[in-house]
Amino acid sequence: MTSLRIASSRAASEAAAVDGAAARPYVDLAGVTKVYRRAGREDTRALDRVDLAIRDGEFLAIVGPSGCGKSTLLRLVAGLHLASTGEVRVDGRIVDRPQTNLGIVFQSPVLLDWRTALSNVLVQVELRGLDPRAYKERALRLLAQVGLADFTDRYPHELSGGMRQRVAIARALIHDAPLLLMDEPFGALDALTREQIRLDLEALWLATRKTVLFITHSIDEAVLLADRVVVMSPRPGRIERILDIHLPRPRGLDARRSPEFTQATEAITEIFLARGVLHGTATPIGKE
Amino acid sequence: MAMSASGARRAGAAVVGWLRTRGGAIAIFALLFLVWEAAVHLTGVKEYLLPPPSKVWTEFWRKHDAIAGAAWVTTQEILAGYALAVVVSIPLALAVAYSRFMEQAVYPVIVFLQIIPKIAIAPLFIIWFGFGFAPKLLLVFLLSFFPIVVSSIAGFKSADKDVMDFARTTGASAWTMFRKIRLPQALPHIFTGLKVGAALAATAAVVAEFVASDRGLGYLLLQYNGQLDTPMVFATIVVLSLIGLVVYYAVEIVERLAIPWHVSQQATAKDATL
Ligand SMILES: Nc1ncnc2c1ncn2[C@@H]1O[C@H](COP(=O)(O)OP(=O)(O)OP(=O)(O)O)[C@@H](O)[C@H]1O
Ligand SMILES: [Mg+2]
Repeated sequence: MTSLRIASSRAASEAAAVDGAAARPYVDLAGVTKVYRRAGREDTRALDRVDLAIRDGEFLAIVGPSGCGKSTLLRLVAGLHLASTGEVRVDGRIVDRPQTNLGIVFQSPVLLDWRTALSNVLVQVELRGLDPRAYKERALRLLAQVGLADFTDRYPHELSGGMRQRVAIARALIHDAPLLLMDEPFGALDALTREQIRLDLEALWLATRKTVLFITHSIDEAVLLADRVVVMSPRPGRIERILDIHLPRPRGLDARRSPEFTQATEAITEIFLARGVLHGTATPIGKE
Repeated sequence: MAMSASGARRAGAAVVGWLRTRGGAIAIFALLFLVWEAAVHLTGVKEYLLPPPSKVWTEFWRKHDAIAGAAWVTTQEILAGYALAVVVSIPLALAVAYSRFMEQAVYPVIVFLQIIPKIAIAPLFIIWFGFGFAPKLLLVFLLSFFPIVVSSIAGFKSADKDVMDFARTTGASAWTMFRKIRLPQALPHIFTGLKVGAALAATAAVVAEFVASDRGLGYLLLQYNGQLDTPMVFATIVVLSLIGLVVYYAVEIVERLAIPWHVSQQATAKDATL
């Protein structure tokens, strides 16, 4: 059953390759299943037969309940984990090792404690064997863009959680990779900063048209940022639905008031209601 | 040019910062000596039981040549044994942390040997290596070695999983990752071990001299003790403590210069809990 799916989707992606590079998805998951195995424990099926194609230059958001395999999917694309079955391709090549042609932002900032904000951004190019001096101007500009112009020489322990995450975002952008993977990058930010950085990210994406895989808990955020929103079901994670978002860009602060926005967020909420992720009536926590 | 100027400024700031944080402790010691002096004079306790600090000082000054000679002997034992421990334990920790074989073969042995009370081995060293420098050096080595090697292994293995994942997406070579991530991440652990090792080094030297020696502060201490020359016993203990202190703080100052980010991080954490 599974192998049949792989065979058919591989045929499909090869057909797409014949059509020409423009039609080829930049990221392509075909029949991807991920099972975490641990000795002495029950296997965890984190992803189940996921087919997903992200177009070149597309901003794709994934929403889904906690534990449904969103981070797993992102790690598979980055090559940090390998699929149990199925195939992950980036730019046409099979992902069988950690990918380097991308920028990644994890759920937590993962900065280096011994480096200042600026130096934490530059470590990206240093680890790539590039000359950090050539990137210093750009790093300072990126830090200013994420609102840290006055904090470039601070160490992580001198920054707030939200500021650290913004350093991590700048670090993912410094080397100008064509693919940006973001795993709930704004989770630690307050609502105001979050709104601002959302606007900035859209502007930056409009200017660069990178391919973005953006994971979030926030339905609003997904709708406001993405060209398409992938809705995932609870574990084992499957793709429940993919919604096209037709809101005009740039989507400013007033985008929330448009009927398309309300329609899309309500459609996603409906899916979560139907799947039991959300309940219509509230039960106080602690009551049986 | 600019690098060395800022380096000097950093070193200066480190020393000033050290003095500032230690000022309170120095004041408490001064007070303690005053109380001690006053208490001895007020109670009229016998000198061979508890000499006042002033007497300790005058006696020390009278016989400081003997003490200085012995102190130099003991210092050499401490430094040589400690240096040997550092030179052996850090590469060994590296090997254990990065080689599966070394981890499986050597690490359990280290853990087991660590449990042996090393001081109990001192008499054996005398049988094997005689009365000279070697057994002292070996005991200092042995006592300093374990805390350094154990915390260095922990340090090299402590690499944060997400940080390593980030590094893997840069395609950095193993050597670059070691230099730019694993080593700096290990340094705070290594310095913890280095400081514990430094604190144990002086103890080890004196114990080795107690067991069998004709020179050094440990030998002198036993001599003065036998003669009931209590002021000189105190003087010797003070000198011994000072040597230990200097070694310890030398390591701490190196730590401040090597990983200022970690030291100030700890300071911030401390401020936050106060
Ligand atoms: N390294 C791992 N080893 C074993 N199980 C794992 C591992 N990583 C994730 N899992 C399991 O896989 C499932 C999906 O995890 P994942 O982190 O992908 O969820 P998520 O959708 O990102 O959740 P959240 O929104 O809370 O971050 C979970 O049940 C989790 O326990
Ligand atoms: Mg996650």
